[in-house]
Amino acid sequence: MHDAHAEHAHAPHLRHHFETVEQQREASSFGMWLFLLTEIMFFGGLFTAYLIYRNWYYPAFVVGSHQLSIFLGTFNTAVLICSSFTMAMGVHASELRKRKELVGWLVATLVLGSVFLGVKAIEYHEKWEKHHVPGLNFSVQEFTHPSDKYKEEPPLPMDMAQKTQVYFSLYFAMTGMHALHMIIGVSILLVLIAKAWAGHYTTGHMTTIENFGLYWHFVDIVWIFLFPLLYLISRHQ
Amino acid sequence: MSEHKVNEVLDTEPTHHSEHIVSPKVYGVIFAALLVGTAITVAASYANFGIFNPIVALGIACTKAVLVILFFMHVKYSSRLTKLTVAAGFFTFIVLITMSMTDYISRAWGLW
Repeated sequence: MHDAHAEHAHAPHLRHHFETVEQQREASSFGMWLFLLTEIMFFGGLFTAYLIYRNWYYPAFVVGSHQLSIFLGTFNTAVLICSSFTMAMGVHASELRKRKELVGWLVATLVLGSVFLGVKAIEYHEKWEKHHVPGLNFSVQEFTHPSDKYKEEPPLPMDMAQKTQVYFSLYFAMTGMHALHMIIGVSILLVLIAKAWAGHYTTGHMTTIENFGLYWHFVDIVWIFLFPLLYLISRHQ
Repeated sequence: MSEHKVNEVLDTEPTHHSEHIVSPKVYGVIFAALLVGTAITVAASYANFGIFNPIVALGIACTKAVLVILFFMHVKYSSRLTKLTVAAGFFTFIVLITMSMTDYISRAWGLW
């Protein structure tokens, strides 16, 4: 009996329904990717809506996108790419079983993620002050009678100016869902940092860190597409 | 309890084997490429390529996304199952978008 037990000796993190840790890790990674694919379909629906409405109400989408700050958008893109790098290095530290390094990289990721959300909050606040929030605080004034600040913009007829609400609705839906994913990510990071400090992911079991890394990089990819589509491509029209 | 003793060979996750670890140098190169890609896409948005502006922007974005997926998300170093899963997902996504677009294009584009 004792020998039979010894034969089945296993790591504490190996669940009994898996044969080996490798199988467990593969299944876990597979499951994480399936989840991310549902996320791709979810954001993909929003992107498709954006594509169709942009062709539909083109002049409204052009002036709408001119209201965004390219500087803040570029800054946030850089911040998010940096956070993806620190996350990748975190996974690496976990593979090398370096506890303090792992905690350091995770904290860096947390800080960068928070900076991104902070900048996003500044942008949202500006939208509110300029009356560009459909349904809550919206005015077509700036699009029908452009102020001196935007005098290069051609004034839009009333019906098209109303359609800028479609642009801003999609802007808030897409960046809002992205920001929600960031908030969830940052919250999970807080837990991961505490557990990493206690040494949970540096003893040969780093699946949790790897899967969180996949999630974080996915959120980065969504932004890589949001940034040019919302901020950049209508620059010249 | 002998059954809870970790078997170094069987029970630790295999990423600490050298062939699975992506070196920080690779991450650094990809990181730099992503930042350069961001700079190019912003610069390109100030140039006037007419209808090609969105195409250039999306081309750069796709390149950046592929770099993130292959290297940061380790798909290049993953099992065939993972590669197939990712590829199948994107393929399905493209099919869905194409079908929606075919519908819209066939309805007097621009004349609603």
